[in-house]
Amino acid sequence: MTNVKASATGPVLARKKTDCAPYLLLLPAVLLVAAFMLYPIGNVFYLSLQHYNPTKPWMNGFAGLENFAKILSDADFRNSLLVSAKWVLAEVSLQLVFGMMIALILNQKFRGRGLFRTLAFIPWAMSGVLTAVLWSLIYNQNVGLLNDVLLKLGLIDTPRAWLANSGLVFGSVVVAELWRGIPFFAISLLAAMQNISGDLYEAANVDGCSRWKAFLYITLPSLKDTIILTTLLRAVWEFNSVDLIYSLTGGGPVGKTTTLSILIANHATKTNNYGYGSAISVISFIILAIISLVYLKASKFGTSE
Amino acid sequence: MQTKLREKIFLRWLPLVVINIYVLVPILWTVITSLKAEGDILKKPIRYLPNPATIENYLRAWVNCNFSKYFLNSMFISVVSVSAIVLIAIMVGYALNRFQFRGRTAFMLLLLCIQFIPHAVLLIPLFNTFHAMNLIGKPLAVILVCITFQFPFNSILMRGFISGIPYTLEEAAQIDGCNRFQAVLKVVIPVLVPGIVTTAAFAFIGVWNEFLFSMMFLNDAANYTIPIGLKMMQGEYNISYGALAAGAIIAMSIPVALFAYLQKYLVTGLSAGAVKG
Repeated sequence: MTNVKASATGPVLARKKTDCAPYLLLLPAVLLVAAFMLYPIGNVFYLSLQHYNPTKPWMNGFAGLENFAKILSDADFRNSLLVSAKWVLAEVSLQLVFGMMIALILNQKFRGRGLFRTLAFIPWAMSGVLTAVLWSLIYNQNVGLLNDVLLKLGLIDTPRAWLANSGLVFGSVVVAELWRGIPFFAISLLAAMQNISGDLYEAANVDGCSRWKAFLYITLPSLKDTIILTTLLRAVWEFNSVDLIYSLTGGGPVGKTTTLSILIANHATKTNNYGYGSAISVISFIILAIISLVYLKASKFGTSE
Repeated sequence: MQTKLREKIFLRWLPLVVINIYVLVPILWTVITSLKAEGDILKKPIRYLPNPATIENYLRAWVNCNFSKYFLNSMFISVVSVSAIVLIAIMVGYALNRFQFRGRTAFMLLLLCIQFIPHAVLLIPLFNTFHAMNLIGKPLAVILVCITFQFPFNSILMRGFISGIPYTLEEAAQIDGCNRFQAVLKVVIPVLVPGIVTTAAFAFIGVWNEFLFSMMFLNDAANYTIPIGLKMMQGEYNISYGALAAGAIIAMSIPVALFAYLQKYLVTGLSAGAVKG
């Protein structure tokens, strides 16, 4: 009977402040986050101050700031920062430009739009490893399609080692990552475009506005928030991404595709130098925290709720 | 009229063709490679079509390269993780939508923030945690990580679906003598089915594609998932490109099928303030 009374008093939300139901509902989620996200982050800060290598237990012990001092003089680390910056910049800007183009086209009404929309978005569902396999079959020197087509078109005169040539590898990996990254931008921008009132464009048309001007003065300003959010989200996502580069090049050749995240993954999976790897993780984490704060400020998260 | 036609060609159809070549060629080339006879794949000049087409690569991948095993492993991890993710997403989504409580905004903020945590950073400490729990090499380690990583996005998604169900439905059930839990079970859940299926599909793609932590935690070939199987195959010295291509097609079959179902939700779902790579 208490339930009947409760429902009679409030139409939507349970009003009692002492109600423990929501906390019970959130409990499993909070436990998971605490055990497998927050605790490990605390742990990584602790490990960063240790010499810790499970394969060399006799060396383990407190290191103080030694790991961090070592990072400052580590050429691999400096290189990875640079590669990360290049990687994020190239991926985010190109994904934005191409995503915008696709969204603009698919926002028009024409026959076959649904089919093209489906086809253009397919790579969204693909994993990094899968993308790496698909593109390795394109770039491969023995069975790959790219060298063959470029040779036939006369664009190159000798086959290229797309993933082994230190001058080409970064571009090759960028193209592969773009392939599965563009749909996210296209989808997000298309969703935002569908919320722009058609009246605005009609009015602009009446006033003799060109299509380019309409894009510049109506579409772009209306998409401002979406563009800010998606680019920042993607920047974080690309900064963190490991799967594709790890499976396509492993960070090579000569560190040309070793981003900060790849460097950490390599320390974790190959060198077993957990203390040092943790110190790099801490720095990576701080960089991300700064980007996230900027994002939260820009999105004014929580105010509209 | 002339300029309109030219505009249509250069601003619509030409870019569309270019985009579709870019998107489809890697997929088609993988399909073609997977259907070529082993001897044909390495032949020069490269043949653009398999002649004759054969399924021997699929048999090789499925039987000799253990993809049947990897497929089952991936399926097991995915089904268990997705069930848990959906359950947690319903609980979290319901709590966030139907209750006003202290800490609600903070929790929302937490859900958003933890999606920014670089996963590579967690590799070493999580390895230690699971080592201490004696879970290294066991699928449960990957399952726990997948649930933790996937539930935030899916909870936000689920909250959106739950907010679309009027509270009056539950009220009516409660007046009819149900308690709140029964009301949710008997009235909300049946209406929520499309939302549950959509959330499950998003979660499934995420778990099915998980690579980094499976790589770190699953050190026994008997427990490998499909992404690990693919990666291992790629690293082999005597790589069989046909089997690799066939393995890739097997790997993509599930996410592509789910994508076909999900695509109508993609544009609305992803714009609902949700965050997903």
